[in-house]
Amino acid sequence: MSPLEIVRTAIANTFRSRLRTSLTVLAIFVGAFTLTLTNGVGTGINAYITTQVDSMGASDVMIVTKARAGGNPFAASDEGPTVHDAGRATAMSGEGMQIEVLTDRDLAAILAIDGITRVEPFVTVTTDYVTREAREKYDFTVATGGVGLNVDFVAGRPLREDDAHALILPVSYLTPLGFDDADAALGGLVTIGITDVGGQLHLVEAEIVGVQEVTIFDSGTLISARLKEALHEAQMTGMPAGYRDVYMMASARFEPGRNALGEKGIKEALAGSGYAGSTLQDQLGMMTSVITGIVWVLNAFGIIALVAAGFGIINTLLMSVQERTREIGLMKSMGMSRARLFALFSSEAIFIGFLGSALGAGVAIVAGTIVSTLLAEGPLASLAGLRVIAFDPLPVALVVALVMTIAFFAGTLPAARASRLDAIDALRYE
Amino acid sequence: MLPSRQSVLRSRNVSKSYGDGAARFQALRGVSLDIHAGESVAIVGKSGSGKSTLMHLLALLDSPDTGSIDVDGIDAKDRSRRALDTLRNETFGFVFQQFFMIPNATVLENVVLPLKIAGMPRRLRIARGMEVLEQVELADKAANRATALSGGQKQRMVIARALANRPKVIFADEPTGNLDSATGEVVIGLLFALNAQEGLTLVIVTHDEELAGRCDTRFVIADGLLARAVGPRSTVAA
Repeated sequence: MSPLEIVRTAIANTFRSRLRTSLTVLAIFVGAFTLTLTNGVGTGINAYITTQVDSMGASDVMIVTKARAGGNPFAASDEGPTVHDAGRATAMSGEGMQIEVLTDRDLAAILAIDGITRVEPFVTVTTDYVTREAREKYDFTVATGGVGLNVDFVAGRPLREDDAHALILPVSYLTPLGFDDADAALGGLVTIGITDVGGQLHLVEAEIVGVQEVTIFDSGTLISARLKEALHEAQMTGMPAGYRDVYMMASARFEPGRNALGEKGIKEALAGSGYAGSTLQDQLGMMTSVITGIVWVLNAFGIIALVAAGFGIINTLLMSVQERTREIGLMKSMGMSRARLFALFSSEAIFIGFLGSALGAGVAIVAGTIVSTLLAEGPLASLAGLRVIAFDPLPVALVVALVMTIAFFAGTLPAARASRLDAIDALRYE
Repeated sequence: MLPSRQSVLRSRNVSKSYGDGAARFQALRGVSLDIHAGESVAIVGKSGSGKSTLMHLLALLDSPDTGSIDVDGIDAKDRSRRALDTLRNETFGFVFQQFFMIPNATVLENVVLPLKIAGMPRRLRIARGMEVLEQVELADKAANRATALSGGQKQRMVIARALANRPKVIFADEPTGNLDSATGEVVIGLLFALNAQEGLTLVIVTHDEELAGRCDTRFVIADGLLARAVGPRSTVAA
């Protein structure tokens, strides 16, 4: 019997006892449905997190802080008090915690490391409000990053290095500030209010160059470098000179190609000089790991269902072998080889697995799409761009392949029994 | 004995037992015989005499404890399992008392089963299946369900299935056992016509003395031994 003929015969045999096949297929369906759906949740949420992470920072940017001797800023030192070094600046202390800050001297040292092309200190600008013309004043915070970020744009363009006083307005500010829609806001001017250390209010004007979706990480409004400088300047009015140029951290642009050891080499060089560098992927990769972990716990339930379904396949096929004992004996007497008989019954198992998994995956995709559409329009409407359940062809194909593999293994016991049947005994069997 | 004729099947001193210890049953105690091409042979004996066991051994469905079975002059023990499968598929046709059909399949599908096992392409299979169904006058029932046929039609279908692969030898185990005498006569007539016209070797296991009497040669089996051989050509080997 040719392989194609074996598959064709196996498929025909599967439909010989329809009720039994349907019940087995149903058991597999449940497992495949669960697995497809849980993986869909993983795909959907991780895809959302990835876009959100992209919105927070460019991939070629590292956040650099000063590494404390002990490494962990919260850990109490075992080695007694550290000898005071007047050259090291401490920005924050209290409750046994110290965070050392970066000075201009540090920035120069970081820039000297191979692969780092640019260092920008993080300046924290605390703005009070934003307003336009004679409208209400609204609370307003600005983001620490700026140029080179990927955001979900509703309209407009990303910030550029040469932008003057420009910002990308979150979509939620449109109506309050009196814009009809995102496009109408482009080119519009807003006024930002900021109080200096002495309590004096300053007003700075800025142009809207883009409008972005709201993100789950409320990291503030993106503003151009020059606008940030202007705001910082305003905020620092009246500050003693020594306190002006210390920073909690700096963002360093890097080109992995420029360091012999790539990104890892740059991080090692930073550590060697007493700094710690981590990319956004380092920091937020953890979130994806957590989601993946949760998905695997959910997957475990699907796999348990599939293992149970596997016993269903064994049972179905054993009954089938029993019922068809004479037929098997007849085929053996006609010269059907053991290997072909094994293949015939295995193919039946695999086909049952395929039916169950294809149906399960198909229904899961339809159900998942409906549910996530309803969620996206209803309870989760505020999280723009989130599809709780999304389907990629690869994980779905993997689920189907996994189920077919389980089915194959479940089928080996009955198939081996069929192939080892003695032709004479089988023909005598009543 | 006609020395010019080749033995298709030859058994030499074959014995076979089933079970162990007290339950041990000696089905055959050393049987030697020759079956020649084109011959019609009856293996007769009471139930439990060992005649079915002998047929199973001759048809290579089972292997003897001692002794040898030669097909076309080659000992079955010297053939691989695969070669035995191929040999059975190409050389033998089987007609069983209980028919052994695939239920829910059509008459044609049942008839082409040996061709399917042989790996013949679908189109050729169907053509050959229809040809043998013509031969047994069942062509008009080709698309019917096998289970819907009458007893005589079922046995004719089974003969068509046995013929499909153009075998040299047809083994028939009590071919008329399940049929009334008139229907049985039609089936027997068909088997002897094939023997006479196409030179098929016929090996019939039966306890029907009258049917046995119509065969060229009769081997009478009693208590696992060849008690008597009656016929013009076959002889008991020394």
